Amino acid sequence: MSYLEYQAKYVPTGFRKLIYLNWPVIVLLSAVACAGFIMLYSVAGGSATPWMEPQIRRFALGMVLMLVVAMVPIWFWRNMAVLAFLVSILLLVAVEFVGVERNGSRRWLDLGPMDLQPSELAKITLVMLLAAYYDWLPANKTSRPIWVFLPVCFILIPTYLVLSQPDLGTALLLLMGGGAIMFFAGVHWAYFATVITAGISVIVAVFQSRGTTWQLLKDYQYRRIDTFIDPANDPLGAGYHITQAKIALGSGGWTGRGFMQGTQSRLNFLPEKHTDFIFTTLAEEFGFVGGIALLSLYVLIIFFCVVSAVTNRDRFAALLTLGIATTFFLFFSVNMAMVTGLAPVVGVPLPLVSYGGSAMLVLLVAFGLVQSAHVHKPR
Amino acid sequence: MKKPQRDTEESTRRLSRRALLLGSVQLGIAGTLAWRMQSMQVEQADQFRLLAEENRININLIPPARGLIFDRNGLALAENEQNYRVVMVREAAGDVQETLDRLTQIVDIDPDDIARAVEEMNRRSPFVPVTIADRLAWEDVAQININAPALPGITAEVGLSRHYPWGADVAHVVGYVGPVSDYDLSRIDDQDPLLQIPKFQIGKTGVENKLEHALRGSAGTKRIEVNALGRVMRELDRQEGIPGQDIQLTLDGRLQSYVQARLDGESAGVVVIDLENGDLRAIASAPAFDPNLFVRGISVKNWTELNENIYRPLAAKAVQGTYPPGSTFKMVTALAALEGGVISPDETVYCPGYTNVAGTRFHCWKRGGHGNINFHESLKQSCDCYYYEVSQRIGIDKMAEMARKLGLGIRHDLPLSAVAQGLAPDKAWKRDVRSEEWRIGDTVNASIGQGYVLSSPLQLAVMAARIATGRVVTPRLVKSIDGIEQPSGLGESLGLNENNLRRLRQSMTAVSNHRRGTAYRSRIVADGMEMAGKTGTSQVRRITPEERARGVTRNSDLPWERRDHALFVNFAPVENPRFAVAVVVEHGGGGSSAAAPIGRDVTLQALYDGDPPLEAYPTADRGRIAEQQERIRQRIIPGGRAQDRA
Repeated sequence: MSYLEYQAKYVPTGFRKLIYLNWPVIVLLSAVACAGFIMLYSVAGGSATPWMEPQIRRFALGMVLMLVVAMVPIWFWRNMAVLAFLVSILLLVAVEFVGVERNGSRRWLDLGPMDLQPSELAKITLVMLLAAYYDWLPANKTSRPIWVFLPVCFILIPTYLVLSQPDLGTALLLLMGGGAIMFFAGVHWAYFATVITAGISVIVAVFQSRGTTWQLLKDYQYRRIDTFIDPANDPLGAGYHITQAKIALGSGGWTGRGFMQGTQSRLNFLPEKHTDFIFTTLAEEFGFVGGIALLSLYVLIIFFCVVSAVTNRDRFAALLTLGIATTFFLFFSVNMAMVTGLAPVVGVPLPLVSYGGSAMLVLLVAFGLVQSAHVHKPR
Repeated sequence: MKKPQRDTEESTRRLSRRALLLGSVQLGIAGTLAWRMQSMQVEQADQFRLLAEENRININLIPPARGLIFDRNGLALAENEQNYRVVMVREAAGDVQETLDRLTQIVDIDPDDIARAVEEMNRRSPFVPVTIADRLAWEDVAQININAPALPGITAEVGLSRHYPWGADVAHVVGYVGPVSDYDLSRIDDQDPLLQIPKFQIGKTGVENKLEHALRGSAGTKRIEVNALGRVMRELDRQEGIPGQDIQLTLDGRLQSYVQARLDGESAGVVVIDLENGDLRAIASAPAFDPNLFVRGISVKNWTELNENIYRPLAAKAVQGTYPPGSTFKMVTALAALEGGVISPDETVYCPGYTNVAGTRFHCWKRGGHGNINFHESLKQSCDCYYYEVSQRIGIDKMAEMARKLGLGIRHDLPLSAVAQGLAPDKAWKRDVRSEEWRIGDTVNASIGQGYVLSSPLQLAVMAARIATGRVVTPRLVKSIDGIEQPSGLGESLGLNENNLRRLRQSMTAVSNHRRGTAYRSRIVADGMEMAGKTGTSQVRRITPEERARGVTRNSDLPWERRDHALFVNFAPVENPRFAVAVVVEHGGGGSSAAAPIGRDVTLQALYDGDPPLEAYPTADRGRIAEQQERIRQRIIPGGRAQDRA
């Protein structure tokens, strides 16, 4: 669809756009962010510093950015998709050379006042590019091999760069997020069946390669997998994190131990309690009820996004919305699976709740795109 | 470009279908997460809660204060001393080396201790307090507190440590405590968790060891919350332990100290029994050792010194040492004979200076013999031949029976490390233990307390006490535990003929009051304080006929370990006796010269509860005694010192 086609339909303009924002999503995002503020206050031992205050500032900034992005017509973003993707690829390449290294992986660019994690950006720009691609591609060519090969390349380029940082978690999210858009766009089942089969083969290969000269993963990643399979075999070393996380979560019980009463987090038994493992603190202090409440908020956000997407006749907007929603879903579900011991510890933060610099801004900008798609829905 | 409408509609429908499909899958995954949370937080919540509690809660033991040990007058014999130590927390100290340098300028600390502490600090977490030095003087602690601002991370702490204010004087009775060792743990069947505390002090010998259970008390606990690094966050709750029970001994600290001082230079054992209730007023063994050396663990040098000393300072000779009782055993032989009716008191026996029995010649100590001698004179002059004769008449079994009745050859039940049983031999014993038949010569030897007969100073004192009272006097060392008075040691009548006992006591009185008595020189002249006694000199070697032919070798010409043991038992006053005393001086020579003076001095100290007036001594002795009293006064460890400190 072109700009002129949009003009043919009714599209809100000016301040009227505010009315057409996807308000339930805004409210839900704020609610999740508030849960995050409360938990950051708690894990700091009842203090706004060092985590809650910067997080609130960042959230406020992110909301402003989201609204700004939402006000810009969706076709502008479609036109920007290729450029945005190229920029993020460039940034990922830059990380390879001038990135800041922490904990053995090089993921960050030092931008003065804050650090930027280009892989965060890549998750969104990849979704934008693929959505624009399938909007441009005639529907009858969707499943032709050559037109399938192209988006696969789009996915693999940032995936490879992220994997080399190394950041296994984000690489998997890129793969799965990209794959989801191809699925939404209508690529034939057979491709997915093939990829899944291949994926299983790769997993087998990964395990087979262990200890050989062509070892595919780093040692620490293998150890994490070992620990995942049986955390008890190294309770004080690699398994300590997940063991303590499970103790924290499980000891919460029905209603939790009370705000700021979680012994596991307060006494530092929990690792990374303000970032990747913040959900365990929440589950420890607010129990099953609190955990389910947060999970419900996440599920509702996905629900409203999917509703927005399936009612949107603009193909780019629909694919974009679904892609971002799926990425969001992958974020929180992988994190929760990780801290409940259902998935290996891959280092994925809990979206909007974990303390994190660029992650929250990028996420809110992405939801700005979702809002833009919603606002400029052809009616 | 314009796409066909139908194609667009189809792709939109497919998109919606697939969106709903993947949405459902996502909902399924979310459901799985919810189920997982439910199983962990609801079904397994209790297990995880327990694990969380185990994580954060450490249970620490609070050692109870050990019970104190007092003498009969309430003077502390073993007390808990405040032990000041200086500890350092690395993380609070800033520059560790600089702080330690400043500390050593203020307080004198062994550089080795400093090095050891630094090494330990580097090994452990920075917040763990490490002891730099202990047993500091109060002045040092004050200095550290005053200079606290210049000594970050350094604090003075106070703990309790055992201390024996009387030092060596009560060492053998009270014993000592020491850090619990692996050997202790393997030897004793005790589940008390206190024993797992490193360096926890338990009783090793003496009363400290035997009454450990009462003295120790039971542990309190405190539950503390720790964080992941083990840092203590707060104390959750505390359950106070039960302090150990205080024990009062029958010992008279002052008298005990006097006896130890009086025995200075000797290798000897002395026991003083209160005849009213069997209370042991003094149990002295010399030489002694300082039990405080053992409290923290004794040095190899000190240990070697104590262990290789030929006078055996570690042995509690008064209860553990056994010696041939010599002539002090004659009371047993005499009483057995009188009770058995084999001799009447007035009947005389002829003493030519020796007696031939079964082809062996047994000599009397007096070469020329005593001539015709009756019971009274035989005991007073300690004629051996008289007892050779009556023992053959009464037989060894009756003698052994009488010995046991009087407290010899039986183990008296005292809470001390090694209480000797001694030996009152009889025919059955020799058959069972030595697989030999009893011979008449054995009886003759035993009649004068030689041969197989062995007894400890404690047993001899009990014998004197039973003769003096005619009743079963059982020695009592513990007066009260936790304020509860223990049963008196004064028992039933011995069931002996009172006339026989009276005659025996009269003869013993003569020993130390008649001019020809063997202990006449050690008499008491104060009115109403006279004592009755019996000397003994027991051989530790056999005198060969050649030696005898050369004439009796003087004891002082022999090496120390071959000289005779000197013994003396007595009770006083003769009328209404209050104390019985036994003295054994190892290789001291003659009983009348080496043991009897000690017996008299000790008896007088007990009777007067302090230094007796010089008038109690024979005129000729007074000058010497005055000097001796003055010398010992200087040497006695005053019990008052302990009180001042408290």
